[in-house]
Amino acid sequence: MQQPDPASPRPRTIVEKIWDEHVVAPGGDRAPDAIGVDLHLVHEVTSPQAFDGLRARGLRVRRPGQTVATVDHSIPTTDRSLPIVDEVAARQVSRLEENCREFGIPLHGIGSPHQGIVHVIGPELGLTQPGMTIVCGDSHTATHGAFGALAFGIGTTEVEHVLATQTLLQRRPKTFEVRVDGQLHPGVTAKDIILSLLSRIGVSGGTGHVFEYRGSAIRALGMEGRMTICNMSIEGGARAGLVAPDEVTFDYVSGRPHAPSGAQWDAAVERWRRLPTDDGAEFDRSITLDAGDLTPMVTWGTNPGMGFPITSRIPDPDGLADATQRDSLRAALSYMALTPGEPILGRPIDVVFVGSCTNSRISDLREAARMLRGRHVADGVRMMVVPGSTEVKRQAESEGLAQVFREAGAEWREAGCSMCIAMNGDQLSPGQYGVSTSNRNFEGRQGKGGRTFLASPLTAVASAVTGRLSDPRAML
Amino acid sequence: MSVTREPFSSVTSAVVPMNRNDVDTDQIIPARFLKTVNRAGLGDQLFFDWRYLADGSPNPEFVLNRPEMAGRNVLLAGDNFGSGSSREHAPWALMAWGIRAVISSSFADIFRSNALKNGLLPIEVPPEELGRLFALADAEPEARVTVDLEAQELRLADGSAIGFAIDAFARRMILDGTDELGYLLGLEPQIAAYEATHAPRVDTLGADG
Repeated sequence: MQQPDPASPRPRTIVEKIWDEHVVAPGGDRAPDAIGVDLHLVHEVTSPQAFDGLRARGLRVRRPGQTVATVDHSIPTTDRSLPIVDEVAARQVSRLEENCREFGIPLHGIGSPHQGIVHVIGPELGLTQPGMTIVCGDSHTATHGAFGALAFGIGTTEVEHVLATQTLLQRRPKTFEVRVDGQLHPGVTAKDIILSLLSRIGVSGGTGHVFEYRGSAIRALGMEGRMTICNMSIEGGARAGLVAPDEVTFDYVSGRPHAPSGAQWDAAVERWRRLPTDDGAEFDRSITLDAGDLTPMVTWGTNPGMGFPITSRIPDPDGLADATQRDSLRAALSYMALTPGEPILGRPIDVVFVGSCTNSRISDLREAARMLRGRHVADGVRMMVVPGSTEVKRQAESEGLAQVFREAGAEWREAGCSMCIAMNGDQLSPGQYGVSTSNRNFEGRQGKGGRTFLASPLTAVASAVTGRLSDPRAML
Repeated sequence: MSVTREPFSSVTSAVVPMNRNDVDTDQIIPARFLKTVNRAGLGDQLFFDWRYLADGSPNPEFVLNRPEMAGRNVLLAGDNFGSGSSREHAPWALMAWGIRAVISSSFADIFRSNALKNGLLPIEVPPEELGRLFALADAEPEARVTVDLEAQELRLADGSAIGFAIDAFARRMILDGTDELGYLLGLEPQIAAYEATHAPRVDTLGADG
């Protein structure tokens, strides 16, 4: 545990420490604080209008060396040697290339060995480090919180603000302690922890707050599991979620291309060791989960809070007292074409998607391949495996994972957001059911009329093999 | 350095009632429309998948397609409006259709921030007041409400008023028709001082990257 800094007037949370360190100009009563941004991640979808804004005012990018761009959302995950067929997407990608050239921002574009989902490449390159403030025009920026960074999504106007000034106007967030103690059972993963949290607090339970994930079950996770959990903080309404850095974090960062080295590494680690929340610091809210109580989770509805243990039955709207909640539940079940009272296990499915900034890293693919090895995707089921980055793809191929996926009848594709957001042609057809390791099951999210069950990579693989929603514990 | 826009202080309109909780930004504007490089012209894509049937014809059941909704400027929405993605295309699309204020019992953080930066007012009222507003809209669909940013109150057709809280800084910006980037650029001395004492943590232009 962390002893309070003797120079600090009171015990502080990690969020408060990072915030205090980054105040450029306190706003007082009059305005929000202006806070400094250590790393700004840029992608093709939410940036073109921001660059136009700079041009309109004759501004430059203040800190190109603290900015990095890649393409992930609208690019195809098929053969990269071919031109992008979708002209609108192609124009958006070339616009990013032009903007990066004009403003001097490094771009990991198509063909770069570092191209990938923005929230996968930041950690991979060692750009994501503890104690930093990290922003991106993307709500899943909270992923980087796994390193003990304060990382959150921003809108395009704010992207312009950061490009121009490397600062942002922000109100200090409230803090929400999510404590997960105990030990996960086999077949239960980080994804199940976050889906379970969301099912308890709902999609607005964390609004106005930053989650700090703590407890022995969080400590026991590797960095990639922590990223899965932080990634979906926004699904609970919190713009950010983080885990205090520890030896697991330092080991992961060490030796990566942009990680400090030599004496700078030692100084950085010493600084990072002071980040964890002080004993006695107060959170605005708190919730505790027991990891030993958790089972594989799946969503049944049209937002990520509509989830339950995979052994459950579809809830009954008639059991709800509140009329608006009842209507929401009815609308969700109508969209999903599910009947109250029926078990979700055994529900036939059409597509399985393993990928997205939630679950597309090497450890996710290793887990998925381990279960799939020696098995085959069920007849009539399409399984897509989309690595989070070109580097993850390379690594998975060198470890023989890609071969496992191919031999099992799954598609092994190029890196990108793919069917998580269905901007690039990878999508569900109307009425299809998909099991997805991504983060959102909103109506139409994975293709107009498509129906999404969010789950862990293990549950996705188990379901791909049987062609029905399946409990991975039966296949361990 | 500030870009000015039309100062805004109030709007009076009948409401577009959308009594559904947790309306996410994928519904407000589906992702496939985010391939645009512009911010204008998104009004036609607003609520696209609720607004149009599979054959492309307008869904007669959907509120925006009722003829009397045309020209209305205030959206009355269920709890937790604007959850999900950070896409600023959501407020852009709402404003392009004509919406200037959204009334709900709560808003998702990023949506609220994006809305305020564009002069779209996220008006938060207590749940019981939201229920009353929906009941009024049901009983008197043509009744107009005034959203008064200066006075920070909603005035209803029945003569009653509901006060609302709103970020004071954003309120001033919208009332004055200025934007936040001008304010941030005005902090140049503070930014320079901060940079002098806070060395960059990374260099993305470095050889390894």
